[in-house]
Amino acid sequence: MKENPYQPYVATIEDTWYETVGDRAVKTFKVTLDDPEARKNWSHRPGQCAMVGRLGIGESMFCISCSPTEGDFLRFSVMRAGKNTQGLHEQEVGDKITVRGPYGNSFPLEDWKGKHILTIGGGIGQAPLRPIVEYVKANLDQYAGLTMIYGARTSGDLCFRNEFEEMMKRDDISCHLTIDIEEEGWPYKVGFVPSVLMEVNPSPENTIAITCGPPIMIRFVLENLKKLNFADEQIYTTLENRMKCGFGKCGRCNAGNLYVCKDGPVFSYSTLKNVPEAFA
Amino acid sequence: MDNMKLAKEKVGDFLAKLGKERFRVPQETGGSSRFAPLNGESSVDFTLSNTTVPLKSLFYPQTETLYRYEVGETAMKAPGEADEMIIMGVRPCDAKALTIVDRLFSWDPKDPYYLGRREKATIIGLACQEPRVNCFCTSLGGGPASTEGLDILMTDLGESFLFQPLTEKGEKICQEAGDVLVKSEDSDVQAAEKVHKDAASKIVRKIDSEGIPEKLPQLWDSQIWKKTSEPCLGCGACTFLCPTCHCFDIQDEIEGLEGRRYRVWDSCMFKEYTLHTSGHNPRPTRRERTRNRINHKYSYFVDKFGVIACVGCGRCINLCPVNVDILNILSQVKEAL
Repeated sequence: MKENPYQPYVATIEDTWYETVGDRAVKTFKVTLDDPEARKNWSHRPGQCAMVGRLGIGESMFCISCSPTEGDFLRFSVMRAGKNTQGLHEQEVGDKITVRGPYGNSFPLEDWKGKHILTIGGGIGQAPLRPIVEYVKANLDQYAGLTMIYGARTSGDLCFRNEFEEMMKRDDISCHLTIDIEEEGWPYKVGFVPSVLMEVNPSPENTIAITCGPPIMIRFVLENLKKLNFADEQIYTTLENRMKCGFGKCGRCNAGNLYVCKDGPVFSYSTLKNVPEAFA
Repeated sequence: MDNMKLAKEKVGDFLAKLGKERFRVPQETGGSSRFAPLNGESSVDFTLSNTTVPLKSLFYPQTETLYRYEVGETAMKAPGEADEMIIMGVRPCDAKALTIVDRLFSWDPKDPYYLGRREKATIIGLACQEPRVNCFCTSLGGGPASTEGLDILMTDLGESFLFQPLTEKGEKICQEAGDVLVKSEDSDVQAAEKVHKDAASKIVRKIDSEGIPEKLPQLWDSQIWKKTSEPCLGCGACTFLCPTCHCFDIQDEIEGLEGRRYRVWDSCMFKEYTLHTSGHNPRPTRRERTRNRINHKYSYFVDKFGVIACVGCGRCINLCPVNVDILNILSQVKEAL
């Protein structure tokens, strides 16, 4: 991190594409830091976030949606929702953005070695789960297995669809895609993510479940994981709150006594169940 | 170093000797007061009560440029180093508040803007003689002559000020002042002690904070929050003018071909403070926002930094347009615990 933590790095967009279209389109950016020294010193872990923005418009916090195992670049998947994200969506290959970070804690993937990893994502909530998937995929021999459940409202709202379809072809990974409402020609599951979770019926034995998605989905996923006999310590999620600094100064991202930017964004359910504001 | 004394008629000499441009002193303009440069004046109004705008504004200005850039360019230029400051006439509660905010801004990663100014500042406190009606510093480990955060404590002895240097920075100032200061007598120190004691006895409002930090979050669903936030207008005065409140927003601004990214005081009492881009707001009403303000000061900050983020200066009570009273809230909390 820089000596002046407020001052970002300049990064160039190497590649960009739309994951979804529409009012709340999701666009993915693959970027590299311009300064070779910064690029060398940058290291992030799955689950960490970064402030991404444009000079003159502003900056917002996004999860880094790639794993360091993928290479010397950063990826952000940005839903168009406000001023900054609109500004980012206008950027194309070769354009400059600002990046500072990485911020926050990360998924304890080292501690999870030897365990089965289950990710349960909804909509843009798959973005913070993607680095886990990529990391475990790259080190699959060190984990007991990888199961993914991912859903969105419609097939057009699914992010990373090509990557999922590639993974579905593999027999060493278990992958379940679902959409909320039936569509003509849709070859995979239909139903809400929490219901598909029950259908997949994963064993809690030696398994870690990580979920991220809309609050309502998380609520029912948590309920269902409890029904499936997952212990609180086996369940993880990542929180998001409005942030400005990213490193514990600006005040606003707290959930109870926890700063999402510094104490999180990754929390186990055994911690969060005691934090009154965690799911507010 | 020995205690020293500054005769009141020599205040001008003291300022001149040390260099007027270095001083920041309490000044009143347009009905409110704050610390500001001397502006060529050769005296200081030490009769002003605690400033409306707390001392924090010198270290953490309301609006502050983080860096500048030219539109279309990517080079960013941060402002230069902070000026050296001698701040004179600081009330002990405001100095203690700085030591609280220090903990946050020194938390990894350190805040170079705030800490740069802190390093270069010497703080000369002035013991309070006439505490205000809503002062409750003595309930929070402070007092009218508390020395926490001060480099020198000054006490008004009528014809002169007793100077009690407390740190190396304070001693340096006394040395620089040379013969403008004279050595004090034992009787001066005794007189000052009496001033301090008399002032402390004038503080009437109190809160026993015992047990609050640990148990406050248990009152999450209590009626207290609805009841005490009902009159709140959400103006944010209680937080802007709180010496320990430190929350800020970061924004970009372009003027002509020049742009800057700056930070600006923000308040947890505003709806936008926590509003997500999606429209979701984890603290949608003043009930949740009031609950967060009190919990942050009296519980969360204690968890993180080991100290209550309140010094009992009374500003949030004095300046609230609808008489929301933190001591009233805290006494309801105490009852409910």
